[in-house]
Amino acid sequence: MAKRTGPSNVLITGVGTFWGARVAKALESDESVDYIVGLDVKEPTIELERTEYVRTDQNYSILSRIVAECGIDTILHTFLVVDPTRATARQMHEINVIGTMNLFAAASAPNSTVRTVVVKSSAMAYGTSAQDPTWFREDTHRSRSPRSNVERSVAQVEAYVRDFNLDNPSVAVSMLRFANVLGADIRTPLTRALEMPLVPAVFGFDPRLQFVHEDDVVASILFAMNHRLAGTYNVAGDGLVPWSEVISMVGKQPLYLPAIGADIATWPLRRSGLLDLPPEYLALLRYGRGIDTSKLKAAGFSCEYSSAQAVDSFVRALRLRRTIGRHRPQYHYERDVEQFFRHSPAVLRNRPGGLVGDVAPADD
Amino acid sequence: MSTENGADAGRSPGDDRVVVPLKAEQSEHPDHLSVQSRELVHVPTTDTAMAPHDDPRVGDVDEWGRSENIRQLARRFYDPVYRHYFRAEWEGLERLPTSGGALLVANHAGAVPSDAPVIMHGIETELERPVYGLADNFFRKVPVVGTLWSRLGGLPAHPDNAYRLLHDQKQLVLVFPEGVKGTSKTIGNRYKLARFGRGGFVEIAMRAGVPIIPIAVIGNEEANPVLARLPGARALGVPYLPITPQSLMLGPLGTVVPLPAKFRLRVLDPITFDVPPSQHRYSRTRVMDAAQEIRAQIQEALYEMVAERRHWWSG
Repeated sequence: MAKRTGPSNVLITGVGTFWGARVAKALESDESVDYIVGLDVKEPTIELERTEYVRTDQNYSILSRIVAECGIDTILHTFLVVDPTRATARQMHEINVIGTMNLFAAASAPNSTVRTVVVKSSAMAYGTSAQDPTWFREDTHRSRSPRSNVERSVAQVEAYVRDFNLDNPSVAVSMLRFANVLGADIRTPLTRALEMPLVPAVFGFDPRLQFVHEDDVVASILFAMNHRLAGTYNVAGDGLVPWSEVISMVGKQPLYLPAIGADIATWPLRRSGLLDLPPEYLALLRYGRGIDTSKLKAAGFSCEYSSAQAVDSFVRALRLRRTIGRHRPQYHYERDVEQFFRHSPAVLRNRPGGLVGDVAPADD
Repeated sequence: MSTENGADAGRSPGDDRVVVPLKAEQSEHPDHLSVQSRELVHVPTTDTAMAPHDDPRVGDVDEWGRSENIRQLARRFYDPVYRHYFRAEWEGLERLPTSGGALLVANHAGAVPSDAPVIMHGIETELERPVYGLADNFFRKVPVVGTLWSRLGGLPAHPDNAYRLLHDQKQLVLVFPEGVKGTSKTIGNRYKLARFGRGGFVEIAMRAGVPIIPIAVIGNEEANPVLARLPGARALGVPYLPITPQSLMLGPLGTVVPLPAKFRLRVLDPITFDVPPSQHRYSRTRVMDAAQEIRAQIQEALYEMVAERRHWWSG
């Protein structure tokens, strides 16, 4: 497990999504990274300086060409849909399973230059049930086989990752399983629940949940890449926080859903779009889930935010947003503008001997 | 409480954690702010500019779901029951360690068993250290009861949970190897121990490298005796459907009210195992032998205590 040395060409999947864009953004300030190629079906939603955006279909049919012609040595596979409310079952299957399959087919071509692969997976791989241990280690089996589409999809993606790992022993494959993400910007079913006037909770249940801050997600992906961290790792903040405590930290009151027949009872609410809690999240609001991060800590990475601190960060961002609205300007990708800044000799950093990156020519 | 703020703990020097300036965000909402209003209010440009607060937690529920505050409240209410109703009397409390992990193993009985609260209350008040009780997953599925049980120090009996509590956190953990077989047995079989599971508790203690301390409890069988079991428990999703004297007098919910039996508890000598801890598996023979021996010791102690007892009510 050698540390990454020398320059590299990185390919990021899902650069139009929350994670892909943020990982690309973070990579841009790393001068040892030569080229960053970002794939997605839609354009990046945050401003990127030097990432080359390539529009592709959602299952990456042009991928093997890109890998071969750009000499890609590192793949950061961040495009995994784990929020079932944002995509239909079919879309999710195409993006997660077929996308991963094609990605790895391209990466394991005979003369492939790929040496490092980081996959963003999810703690959903462990499921949620009453038979679960309080803490899941990376080698703990899930108590029940996956039932919902998203859980099956995560399981299949992980199976492809394992197959790729077996077929390509020289490639460092890290699979990071993230707990529920909270932070200033991310939108998940849980953050939407917490933004409702009354926060849904299952009556009689007060599960302990674990969270990871969005910055820690990006930092851990880069850590896994830089250290060529092979293997499966849980990534989450320290500690578990009861859902009731999360609700009171947000300053809300709970809306109790009936403990028996919650699926049926909430059907009208879900149908009308007032409530956006898919079944796997309802199960989470019953039994909670904790993932043990000692393996990642032993490898040298600990999250900056504990679970409670991640909640707190979300709460502070929520207050800010409630009081002054959206404080950041909206960004729209425009191909011509981006091409100009990246390639025109008029731009200083594109001139030979010109500026590198976006460092201001000030004091030093 | 295991919430650590391990800010720099175990981070290698090569880890360059860049503070990422995020200039825009993914959102469907329109931006309501004009340029002017942004200049008037100080707005942090990045989210990472907001460092995490030290400890933003507002409750005291630990990772296992136990809350010392709720436990304290429960102790205040339970103390009269423990002292004046059950008149619990301990023997050999000095055999319990004041620090370090240990697995407490006791006999289990009663339609709604009172042995767990009595043992946990007794040790927590006498030794002033928490006791975690392992129970069937069934508890976790019951609304309100499951949450309450968890706040009071109960948790699902999973080997990983027990290992972490005993080995990593050096706590006292209480387990009833008889499980449901103990609590569902009828009054005619009182003080005859059921099978001690498959010896899983011995394996847990070996793996965690902690001693097993057997505890023999009498009084419990009379506090909540099962006269007979009704069929159909499985269909209702409960472990068993008991008929108890209280349920005949007060209706089905009366089962939760115990009769005022005198409780006597005897702590037996700790048993240590000279095997290396943290192994993946242990010899089945050794595990089963040890489980048998512990069961025999508790059984012997029970016979002795029952023989010395004059009356189940007065003790």
